[in-house]
Amino acid sequence: MLPISPTYLLYYLPLIIAIALVFGGTRHENTQLILHHAWQTGRWITSFMGVIFVVICVLDWML
Amino acid sequence: MAADSNNTILVDGERIDLRNRTLAAFLAWLVPGAGHFYQRRYTKASLFMVCILSTWILGFALGGGHVVYASWVSGDKRWHYFLQAGVGGAALPALIQVNRMKKATDPVSGQTAKQYEPLWGGFMAPPLRPVRENQADEVSAWYARRGAGYEMGTWYTVIAGLLNILVIYDAYGGPLSVPISGRRKEPKEDADSADEDAKEEST
Repeated sequence: MLPISPTYLLYYLPLIIAIALVFGGTRHENTQLILHHAWQTGRWITSFMGVIFVVICVLDWML
Repeated sequence: MAADSNNTILVDGERIDLRNRTLAAFLAWLVPGAGHFYQRRYTKASLFMVCILSTWILGFALGGGHVVYASWVSGDKRWHYFLQAGVGGAALPALIQVNRMKKATDPVSGQTAKQYEPLWGGFMAPPLRPVRENQADEVSAWYARRGAGYEMGTWYTVIAGLLNILVIYDAYGGPLSVPISGRRKEPKEDADSADEDAKEEST
């Protein structure tokens, strides 16, 4: 189904961790709040990309 | 977030002295996290340093050490560098290399002199001139050698530079006050009691 190797998706992991932590770090001072915010950001971005992925897969299947 | 004239702000119940904000912002640009170290915000300094520099180094390695270079000539306008330069000092060797390349390139023919040798084994050096689209040159060789790694390495270093812009802002002005996740939901009980209070006031 994917035109590329699924291992390419591994590129995503270090990026999402760094982005989520920096996003959290630039919005809070308390470590717990930073981690909580980072988790929410990571979850939100992953969900958003997941939805786009599903839409593209469905379109690919239909066309 | 509240601030007073002494550069002290209150965030998450913690009082933070931003000290010299301009110097902190400059240090944050020069080395990711250095501005926060200067402000004695050690946890965040470590966090930013590890996250941004590891992203930068990983991208640099994925691209075979050729993804960060400065170039603005026909056929090779490397706009990515403006974003990669967000990490400051780590991207500065590229400016030395491009200046050296400029001196070794004939302005009329656009050809790099044969005796040209880049510094530091080619670290952050731009590709040999000329670079023309649809023709084999040094850039296409880098792409061919690294495959998707070259592209990913470019994006990793660009993202590291962009993330550091957020960090520079944090060093200068403190954390952004509005959460990226949007509105904060109020607990239901508080919302109900607020409604009741409003009703009592109206009667």
